[in-house]
Amino acid sequence: MRPPPRPSSTRAPASLRELRMPPMKSTMSKRKLKESVEESAECISQVQKILRERFCHYCAAGKLFGMKQQYSHLLELLKRTTVHGESNSALIIGPRGSGKTALLNHVLEDLREMNQVRENLLEVHLNGLLQTNDKVALKEITRQLQLENVVGDKVFGSFAENLAFLLEALRRGNRTSSCPVLFVLDEFDLFVHHKNQSLLYNLFDISQSAQTPVTVIGLTCRQDILELLEKRVKSRFSHRQIYLMNSFDFKEYIKIFKKQLSLPAEFPDEAFAQKWNNNVQHLSEDKTVRDVLQKLFQHTKDLRSLHLLLMLAVSAVTTHHPLPTAADLQEASRQHSSDSRANIVHGLSVLEICLIIAMKHLNEVYDGEPFNFQMVYNEFQKFIQRKAHSMYNFEKPVVMKAFEHLLQLELVKPLERPSARAQREYLLMKLLLDSSQIMEALQVYPNCPTDVKQWAASSLSWL
Amino acid sequence: MPNLAHPAYPSAELLHLESLVPCRESQVSMLLSIFGERQHFSFPSIFIYGHTSSGKTYVMQTLLTTLQLPHVFVNCVEHFTSRLLLEEILIQLQSCSSGTEQTSPVHCDTLNDFVRLFKQTLASQELQDQTVYIVLDRAEQLREMEANILPAFLRLQELTDRNVTVILLSEIVWELFRPSIGCFEPFTMYFPDYSIGHLQKILSQNHPPEYSADFYAAYINILLGVFYMVCRDLKELRHLAALNFSKYCEPVVRGEANERDTRKLWKNIEPHLKKAMQTVYLREISSSQWERLQRDGGEPGQLKGLSAHTHMELPYYSKFLLIAAYLASYNPVRTDKRFFLKHHGKIRKTNFMKKHEKTSNHLLGPKPFPLDRLLAILYSIVDNRVAPTANIFSQVLMNLVLMYCLPHLLEMESRQPQMQTFTL
Repeated sequence: MRPPPRPSSTRAPASLRELRMPPMKSTMSKRKLKESVEESAECISQVQKILRERFCHYCAAGKLFGMKQQYSHLLELLKRTTVHGESNSALIIGPRGSGKTALLNHVLEDLREMNQVRENLLEVHLNGLLQTNDKVALKEITRQLQLENVVGDKVFGSFAENLAFLLEALRRGNRTSSCPVLFVLDEFDLFVHHKNQSLLYNLFDISQSAQTPVTVIGLTCRQDILELLEKRVKSRFSHRQIYLMNSFDFKEYIKIFKKQLSLPAEFPDEAFAQKWNNNVQHLSEDKTVRDVLQKLFQHTKDLRSLHLLLMLAVSAVTTHHPLPTAADLQEASRQHSSDSRANIVHGLSVLEICLIIAMKHLNEVYDGEPFNFQMVYNEFQKFIQRKAHSMYNFEKPVVMKAFEHLLQLELVKPLERPSARAQREYLLMKLLLDSSQIMEALQVYPNCPTDVKQWAASSLSWL
Repeated sequence: MPNLAHPAYPSAELLHLESLVPCRESQVSMLLSIFGERQHFSFPSIFIYGHTSSGKTYVMQTLLTTLQLPHVFVNCVEHFTSRLLLEEILIQLQSCSSGTEQTSPVHCDTLNDFVRLFKQTLASQELQDQTVYIVLDRAEQLREMEANILPAFLRLQELTDRNVTVILLSEIVWELFRPSIGCFEPFTMYFPDYSIGHLQKILSQNHPPEYSADFYAAYINILLGVFYMVCRDLKELRHLAALNFSKYCEPVVRGEANERDTRKLWKNIEPHLKKAMQTVYLREISSSQWERLQRDGGEPGQLKGLSAHTHMELPYYSKFLLIAAYLASYNPVRTDKRFFLKHHGKIRKTNFMKKHEKTSNHLLGPKPFPLDRLLAILYSIVDNRVAPTANIFSQVLMNLVLMYCLPHLLEMESRQPQMQTFTL
């Protein structure tokens, strides 16, 4: 029994197998069957590798969709910095998942391949999540420009001095003019909250003052980013904004779906790739798949959610199930869009469901005013005394424990933090579910006693 | 459910895994299909939610250790600040693939350092590009740490540019986690609660060897019949099952009934279980006390739980003080004149009172009252003439306050004793 081939192995074993095949004619058919199963195992593994990298690992090899104009704008801008030595600043603005980082990475990669670009385009990548204040940012800049030895133990009076020193240090060596530096600031809106916005001020200042060619590119998801900038920072910014708006319609969305799911032309097993791509074409014309895509498109246009759906569908592909089907996509869509609160309510005990129904009635009677545990218990008692046949009259501490479980799950939230002053039973709370969610959850609740269901559906208050 | 099958992992290991995770096969197979082969990329972050003891932590740990995937397991309640959390991840990462326990101390304050040290540590391990899994249990604590921790962990694959997947386990739904400016959305997965059939299957698994499986299954049935309406938590039910089994077996041990006399056994155990609900389930008494009670065969009525100790005999004036405090808390101020004075007039109901008649004061809770109102009511309800020496009364009051009958609400601005307000 041959061990299963490792996915990262090269094609060499397969060719060796081919060499070994011709002499044994009698066992050839058996071996061929094994070959086809094994080969398709390696094939499937390759498919998974390629598609998973495409959907989960956002590298520059991915394609861009609907961004031609923005791409050329950004490329032009960066070319001017690197080739002509111009200083610039720009902001790329777009909602989450619209492809800002992907666009920038693409442009940078294309730029590096150009011959005109002097090889020494220095890049500094900063991220608002990691560099949470200016000192850390400055250390990171020093590290990325590889100037730690040059800076050594020097102490600088201000941020500006430090930055000027760094840029001056780049000028040294046998260069008459310094090489251009590109600063990329991811999560730009987080840098805005630093003290005095000094990093931003200094970067934009340098980009205006034409000593070293410096380009500052910020990426942010906030549309109101300019209002967050201080006046002095805003005046030094060039106000150049590139917007990425996911501006494709549903037809293009289907085309994107097809392209993203298809295997590239360089795939080693051409027959399988052909089969796969035909299947994808077939899927894109299938009505159920179109419905699934339409539902997702109406919910959110960004490609990240599409990738999540496709990743779920691709993860179901195995050697026994080598091609994705419409059912896979439907299952993935169902997984993706399940209501999480309804799922949680499904797992509550009957006593806790009764408490939720009591809270629902209180909300209806008192128009959503906050309630406390005593009121809920009162309501529950009324139900037990008048209507319940299947529910046992539990003691107050047992009901309190069930209520505290609901608090722990954050289905019920106190209006203010519980302090030592108020007793727990009288703390005001509100329910974080609305009545339609509760009624829907009750429909699917397993083994719900009928009197509880009827109590939930009754709209009269029992006062 | 068909056997777990995956090309990347040997089937013997998968069979063993399946035996360890009863009733969770579909979740495990979903996880396996998402993880893919060892070197393949997976979702950058996965969020798993479900009720308590629905098996999230257990399944994750069993899956990762049985298949020997490189992983780091951290509980966010244990490591509740960002520094503790980041350092723990780095320390565990050091012993990830080598399996040795040699760890050098790590100093990591900020996420910036963490990303740098993470890349360094990962390079020094011989992982050959296998996916590293970072599992954060009780992830709701991440919301209490600094604001950049949660979004950074969701994007860790992008920030470090390595093959790493972060898995968050929590009871709370994802909508309550999402920061206001948005973040990288993880893949959310739900671990469904166990149905009653599943609970029976799992609880019947650990039956003591001296009795038959059917006997134990009947016992579990009775236990679930009493407790299922109240609580579906597997851990609690297992605890109760273990505590009460000896009482259930008593008739069989004493020879009064054999294993099949379900009616007798039920009659014996049912009041016992009802009593357990009021005491052990609520942690009023500890499980060792409960077991001692069972052994001594004491009357269940003799049980004195924690709340039993709140009933006590108070001295004369303290009792009246307590009653006066109760009246002061629950009666509105304008009714004092009517109740406590000899010559009072009638009170006309205003509009305000008519509207709010239905909400009884008992539902809204006690209201704060000043000290002299308390004393005034006290003078009017005590029959004999009370010598109004502040000395006596302040002593008695302090006694009551110390016993936590009157929780103390001090106004910090006004230090004068007259301005102190109390509630009952």
